[in-house]
Parts: sequence; C-alpha cells; structure tokens
Amino acid sequence: MQKWDEETVRTGGVDLVMVKGGSGKPLLIFHDELGYTGWMTWNERLAEERTLLIPLQPGFSKTPRLEWIQDYRDLGAFYARMLREMGLEGIDAMGFSAGGFIAAEMAAADPKIFRRMVLVAPMGIKPATGEILDFLSMTIRTHLRATVADPANTAEFAKIYGGEMTPEQFEAFEDARTETARLGWDPFMYSPSLPNRLEGIRVPTLLVRGQQDGVVPRGCVDAYKAVLAQAQIAEIAGVGHRPEIENAPEFVRLVKNFLSA
Amino acid sequence: MQIGYFTERPYRWVPEEELFRNQAYFAVSNRFFDRQKGSDDYNYYLDENCYAEELGFDAVALNEHHGTPFCMGSVMNVEAAILARITSKVRIVLVGNPLPVIKHPLRMAEELAEIDLISRGRLVAGWVRGAGSEQFFNNANPAYNREMFNEAHDFIIQAWTKPGPWRYEGKHFRYRHVNPWALPFQKPYPPMWIPGVLSLETVKWCAEHRYPYVGLGTAIGPTCDLWDYYADEAQKLGYQAGPENFGYLIPTFLAETDERAQELGRGFVYGGGQNAFSRPEHTLPPGYNSKEAIRRLAKAPGGSWLGVSADKLRQGTEGRAGANNYDDVRQKLLGAYQKAQQGYQLIIGSPRTVLPKIKTLLEVLRPGIFITFAVQGPVSNKDRMTSMRLFAQEVMPALRDYAREIGLRDPLERTPGSVPIQADVSRIPVVERGPLAALGLR
Repeated sequence: MQKWDEETVRTGGVDLVMVKGGSGKPLLIFHDELGYTGWMTWNERLAEERTLLIPLQPGFSKTPRLEWIQDYRDLGAFYARMLREMGLEGIDAMGFSAGGFIAAEMAAADPKIFRRMVLVAPMGIKPATGEILDFLSMTIRTHLRATVADPANTAEFAKIYGGEMTPEQFEAFEDARTETARLGWDPFMYSPSLPNRLEGIRVPTLLVRGQQDGVVPRGCVDAYKAVLAQAQIAEIAGVGHRPEIENAPEFVRLVKNFLSA
Repeated sequence: MQIGYFTERPYRWVPEEELFRNQAYFAVSNRFFDRQKGSDDYNYYLDENCYAEELGFDAVALNEHHGTPFCMGSVMNVEAAILARITSKVRIVLVGNPLPVIKHPLRMAEELAEIDLISRGRLVAGWVRGAGSEQFFNNANPAYNREMFNEAHDFIIQAWTKPGPWRYEGKHFRYRHVNPWALPFQKPYPPMWIPGVLSLETVKWCAEHRYPYVGLGTAIGPTCDLWDYYADEAQKLGYQAGPENFGYLIPTFLAETDERAQELGRGFVYGGGQNAFSRPEHTLPPGYNSKEAIRRLAKAPGGSWLGVSADKLRQGTEGRAGANNYDDVRQKLLGAYQKAQQGYQLIIGSPRTVLPKIKTLLEVLRPGIFITFAVQGPVSNKDRMTSMRLFAQEVMPALRDYAREIGLRDPLERTPGSVPIQADVSRIPVVERGPLAALGLR
C-alpha cells in the first residue's frame, strides 16, 4: 500500500508539489540535483517515526520553474518562505548533495530555521581539497553510475535507474539537469560566501558521507566542519554518494540517532 | 545569387587514431598542436580566402569553434579584421559570432563596427548560439543560452542605432556607459545572415527579424520543411519569403577526375568528420536545447551537423560508445561517406559530376545564398586550391546562369521581407520538392 501522497502547496507564486508520508514530528527533506527518486527503504524506515515532507524543487518537472530563483541562495529563500507560510520554522531538515547546499543556505540566512540538520554529501562550499565532480559534462548514465560505489550490487540503484530510459524519464532528467545548470553552473555547485555566512552558526549538524563518494569529495565535508565546529561527521564505509540507498540500515540508524538526541 | 566560399580552417595534422581514441575532435589534447604548422596554416587560410576573391566568389565565410582541431578559427573576428584589409571586393560573412559564449555584446558591437569600417562596408554579421561544446569551453551557462543570444542581439542593434551615451540594465548584461565611438560603415548596420541546423526556434526568430536563414548542410527534406515553416511564419508577419530569405551551405570538393575527388573527398570523414565534432556529453549540455527541440531531435532522421543527431542524443543517455578497432571505424566511415553523397549531403566529383548535383540543390531549395564548404582532413593546400579553381572556373558560371534563369534573387538584390502578402492568399512556394522523389530523398 502506498504510504505517501503528493500535495500541492501554494507558496512564493507557485504550486509547489510536496511528497508527504509517515507520522510523527515533521522532517523536511531536500532531494538532490537529479530529482526525487521515489519512496525507498530509507524513507520507509524514517517515516515510522517522522512525517517526511519532500518538496519537489521548482523546475524539476512537477513544480514549475520560478525565473526569479537564480541561485541556491534564492532557492533557500524560497523554501524559507514556504516554511514561514506553513508555520514550520524550527523544523528538522535533511538535504542530499545539492539539497544539502539548499539547507546550508537556509541555515546561514536564519540560524533558527532548523532545530537540527543532516547534510548528506553536501555541495555548497568549495572543497578544501579535491573537486566536485563535473556531472554536467557527462552523460546522464555516466553521472548516475558515478553516484554509487557499486552500481551492479546496489539493489535500489537498479530499482530507481535500471532498464531502458523512457522518453519521459529522459525529459525529467533533462529538466533536473537544466535547472541545476541554471542555478549552479558558475561557480559550480558552491557559493564563495557561504562559509563566511555559515561560520559560527550553532545549529546541531550531522555531516554524512560515503567513504567512496565519487561526486562530492571529502574536502567539502571538511570545509563545512571548518565553519561549523559543532558538526559531527559520520562516514560510512564501502559506499559512495548515495549512502541512503547503498547502506540504508546504517544510514537510517545514524539519522535516527542524531535526530532523536 | 550570392556564391560564397567557406572553410572550417581545419588543423590537419592530428593523427586520425588520436581523434578516434578521443571519439571526437573536441577535447583532443592541445599537446598535438604544432606551433609551426599552426602558424603556417593560419597564414595559408588567409591566403586561401584571398584566392577565393581572386577566383570570383562573392563572399568568404568565417566561423569559430573553441578547443578543437576541427576549426582553427577560435576568434574569427581577428581573421575577419585581417581580411577586411587584405581583400577588396568580397563580402566577409560571419556565420557566426556565438553571442552567448562571448558574453560581451558591447565589445562585439565595437569589433564588428571596426571590421565593417576597415572593409568599407563589406561585412555580413551573423549570429549563432555556439555549439554545445562551446558552452563548456567558455563556461557559458547552457540553460541561459537562448536568453543570452536574444538579449545580446537586441543590445547590439541598439548599440549601433541609438545615439549614446546611455545606460543599459538587462537581465544578463549591464553597461553603465554605452557609446561605441565607431559605428558600422553600412547604415544602419551590416546585413545579418543567420546559420542554423535544426532549431525551429531559430527559424521563427529569423522570420520575425526578416533575416536570411542559412541551412548548414541540413538534410534536403527537413530543409524544405524548415523553409516552408519560415515562409508560413513570414506570411503571418505580412511578407512573402523568397530566395532572398534563404541560404544553403554544403560540403563540396572537386578534382580533375571523379576518382581523384572521391579519394581526397574522404577528408570530410577524417577522424569521423562532422559527426565526431564532439562527444554526446559535450554536444548537448543541459538546457542548451528547448524541450521541443530535444523531442524533435529524438525523432529526426539520420542528418547531423557538428555531432548533433538523433543517434548522438540516444548515446547521450547511454554514455560513450567505445571502439577500439580503428579499421572497422574507417570502414564504417566510408559507408557513411557514400551514403552522405547519395543524400546530397556531400557534393564530390569532377566539375561534370558536381554541376548537375548543385543545380538540383538550387532547384529544390531555391536559396539566394549558396556557400561551398571546403574539404576537411589532411588534404594538401594544392589540392584544396585546385578544388576551388575548378569550382570557380567550371561550375560557378553555369550556376550563376541557372540561378538567374530560375529567379534566385539574393538578399543584396532584394531586401528580405520587402515583398508584402496578405494573410488570406496562398503564398508562392519557397521550395520545389518535385525532384526529391526521383532522387530517393522522400
């Protein structure tokens, strides 16, 4: 039985599509630069204790693009307005990859907007060492394969991305990549000023990273840690950029522990 | 009809295996660039354009690409400026400046005004969006490509026509002091011819601006469709489109004999030719094409230009095709070489063979501008010049007669968009599809 629904939230001049499922205190989730993957094991487990709110980013197929949103800071401001209008300030939040960038922008603008935040392999700050993979100059399939350490043996990877790509899927990926290019092309997926704006903010933060992440280097997590002294770093061995599907039990354990503290 | 000469100014010295290994021209390492050879070639290609003038071509056309041995003209305005001074009669046609990639329309307005002044009014400006790979090379956001193209174009027109100084606050460009001192020689500004490959959006834009649209080796059937679309849009805007609204650029190579031409003409598929311009991941950057264009491309037949094709789109979802046996690759390319000739996408042969083929193209497409695209690959300067001479001496005169006979007026003879038409009458056909069936071209 489907345990989630799609709702429409009118905010900031657009009908925002929001996936909602589970019960308990709300947890706001920002999907990554490839778009929402569908309800997976990790959603199921977290939804046992929390109501998951997953807005589908403007410009990503279901929610229309908003021209005024021109970078991740703008996007953060849009979502902050959404939270104000929904009366959800002080919520817990989790962001994946570029979604982590969004959450960090929001926390930098308003340190009280989140009670706790989980940033999973977050982009947003120029890595202290290494480079964020230039996933816009590769084919979709190459990019997808780079997101997990072992595509052939990651069951949920095949569930999301296996088989022939339908024209609809291709268009959805093109939409996601186009909007990501629009917001994050230059500088590529980071804001030069974010570390300065984030520094000293006390929001409890969990930085999750797969040890074999080929998309976001360890240097990004280090750069976050450098300005968020209170942040905890959790590295998961044997997985890449998507620990939530590559090792869902460990991922869920870490997140539940952190959020219940 | 205006007859033009065009070459990509290929860098001819990269071993073909390296192009195969890279699976494209774009992104081949510049460690293969030989400075001496590069210096010789830049000078030779300028001479070649002077030779085109001497042979009686009406125009020489330049383009630019970045980061590729496919085309050495990475800053075409430099070459155009030199040609402005060292030629005296030919039109200098730019096909075209990639506005979203250069990202500085005020500077562009100044450069082109200088070129037009030095040439005493021989410049034809043209604009392009830049190939997909250009977006990467120049770090130009592909998601804003079309917007930046439109804004830069509109700005340049203003910079040339609205007395300064004035201030400009646009979406993508902002200038606090617009007052380019040098204005173009031609009043109010140089004519503009717009090259294109598959974008209906560009055709519509051309129709709206009454600019001639130059098809870059586009497959004949779809080109007819595209030009009908232009003419339909033109009628909505109140004018009858004609040959003055259309140009066609086609790969052409001649030698004294068909055998020799066939042998050397293979340069068009050297290293994979146009289809190997760039790999899929560089050909279609995110946001570069509209959704409609992506859908059309997915359905398009085999035609291709600069690596943009339905096949490439499919590969774009799959990743690199990978090939290790280069002999097999060469065999396939030879097959493609023959097929392209059957489809009139490559015109190769002795003058006797080439003339009727081009006449067919003129009969069907009725362009007011016809531009030959010189051979690619490691063909010697001497053979390149022989091809030019044979075309100019043994083909061009007959083409001029034929163009006159069938009424192919060019945009300098009749201003594009100057023939009014009512919305409710049937317009004059802009293409003649009759011969296509007999040629097996649908």
